[in-house]
Amino acid sequence: MLRYTLKRLGYMVVTLWVIITATFVMMKMLPGDPLKSEKVPPEVRAQILKQYGLDQPLPVQYVKYLGNVVQGDLGKSLSFDGRSVTDMILEGFGPSAFIGIQGLLFGTVIGLILGSVSALKRGSLIDNASTFFAVLGVSIPNFVMAALLSYYVGVVWGILPPGLWESYEYSILPSLALSFPVIAQISRYTRTEMVEVLDQDYMKTAKAKGLERSAIIIRHALRNALIPAVTILGPLAINIITGSLVVEQIFAIPGMGELFVTSVINNDYTLIMGVTIFYSVLIVGVIFLVDLLYGVIDPRIRLSGAKE
Amino acid sequence: MSASKNLTPELFQPAMIADSAKNQLARERVGFWKDAWRRYCSNKGALIGLIIIIAIGLLAFIAPAVSSYDYQTQNVKIQNKESFYGDHIFGTDKFGRDLWTRTWYGAKISLLIAFLAAFLDLVIGVTFGGISGYFGGRVDMILQRIIEILYSIPNLIVVILLMLIFEPGIVPIAVAMAVAGWVPMARVVRAQMLKLKSQEFVLAARTLGASHGRILTKHMIPNVMGPIIIAVTFAIPTAIFFEAFLSFIGLGIRPPEASLGVLLSEGADVFQLFPYQLFWPAVVISLIMLSFNLIGDGLRDALDPRMRK
Repeated sequence: MLRYTLKRLGYMVVTLWVIITATFVMMKMLPGDPLKSEKVPPEVRAQILKQYGLDQPLPVQYVKYLGNVVQGDLGKSLSFDGRSVTDMILEGFGPSAFIGIQGLLFGTVIGLILGSVSALKRGSLIDNASTFFAVLGVSIPNFVMAALLSYYVGVVWGILPPGLWESYEYSILPSLALSFPVIAQISRYTRTEMVEVLDQDYMKTAKAKGLERSAIIIRHALRNALIPAVTILGPLAINIITGSLVVEQIFAIPGMGELFVTSVINNDYTLIMGVTIFYSVLIVGVIFLVDLLYGVIDPRIRLSGAKE
Repeated sequence: MSASKNLTPELFQPAMIADSAKNQLARERVGFWKDAWRRYCSNKGALIGLIIIIAIGLLAFIAPAVSSYDYQTQNVKIQNKESFYGDHIFGTDKFGRDLWTRTWYGAKISLLIAFLAAFLDLVIGVTFGGISGYFGGRVDMILQRIIEILYSIPNLIVVILLMLIFEPGIVPIAVAMAVAGWVPMARVVRAQMLKLKSQEFVLAARTLGASHGRILTKHMIPNVMGPIIIAVTFAIPTAIFFEAFLSFIGLGIRPPEASLGVLLSEGADVFQLFPYQLFWPAVVISLIMLSFNLIGDGLRDALDPRMRK
């Protein structure tokens, strides 16, 4: 297990290094110039370039940037009066993480319930409805879902606020919008797995022992059906991170998504680089954690994973 | 004992059967593809998906051409008209552009991007995965390490970085998505290659002196076609979604050009006032993604029955 963890950790570091280097190279290749639009005298221009360290040769800039990133310093924003990019990201990360984690939670819980119910009542109305819902969930982009929720629940019915970020109520609709693909995937996996588990001999044993139906389902069936659901948590978490970029736009939430879109519009290189690197660390980290989690939950995966 | 006495030589005459009848098979021979097609047709959802995609494809390529409106001509007199206003079936947008024409034109652009991206995925993935799986040994080792690194770089990051330096357009978007998305295809192909290359018919071909190129193209590729087709089918809805996503955050196709992503983004801006402007493109993109998912499921069951769930 330790060897496997170390190996994965090594890959993670190499991956992040590749991403940081690629981001750096691409930012230098970009045709635009943050100072081009404003007419500045050459002396002022040189002064600004010096202030941001842009007058030094590229390799020097690169090594310096790499060193700073490792220490968590992502530089200063070019468009927001030299504010620290790290601070801006941490500020935006709060709301994003909140709706993201809440969305994952909503999705997992609803998906597990839907999946188990449809496995237990195969062929029933609930089963068919949840299958239909699962197909819709993977087919309708979550930002369309977000707009629909905001319009119907927020504007037409007025149950929850359709946008902005003030109190807890404001986080429910965005989280729901993000949770739709999660519900769809989790319920599908749980159903398939549950149907298989219910046919196993140990289910008969449990029934023969005279256990309560609820105990059988929760302790024996659901627990074993959970493993494949965990295996897709990684891709689902990434799906949520991607989705939050646009869902935040629709609900006007001051999170990472908004930060990223503004940085692209403003040609704010340091901010773009910072957000990109932050997203990479987040995604690569999530994949790493989920991989380790499999090993903890299901020793069979650990063994086959270590052998590779 | 008494029965044996009744056996006369006349009983042992050869039967009188015509040559043609001898060669007749009980059932018509069914090839792999025909069999797969029969299995595919027995799946109702997959068939409906195929019909919807054909219908949408035809509309996307024909509707903008025969429409009396242009996808970008603005008309200030008829801004934001509801659906079914005059001959504007889907209504008009904030510049008075006909939404029917724009939606189908956008669908065409989105489909083009998706197909191109899936095709590029296919070319890169099959080449890389094929070489890696077929040659094995050190070549495979090096290529697999490269893949492992690439695989852990998030698609989102690769596409966004590439879109920052590319000019937005159909080809750049497709290329960016292919660069980010070919790795799963390469993995599928490699796994299949590893499985196939140790089988007897490949050994036989090699013993008979067939070149690497011939073995790859004549023996290996046709046998991995099934999984490849399935992977391509699932790559298309992903590409459609990614295009919409990119256009939505301002990195994809730029207005006044249209794609489903652009239309969704424009529709989302005004959906609280004019929900129909979001509704139609949303219906079209959802139908496309739904159909490709259904087709993919159907193809998986038809081409690779072992993967059936």
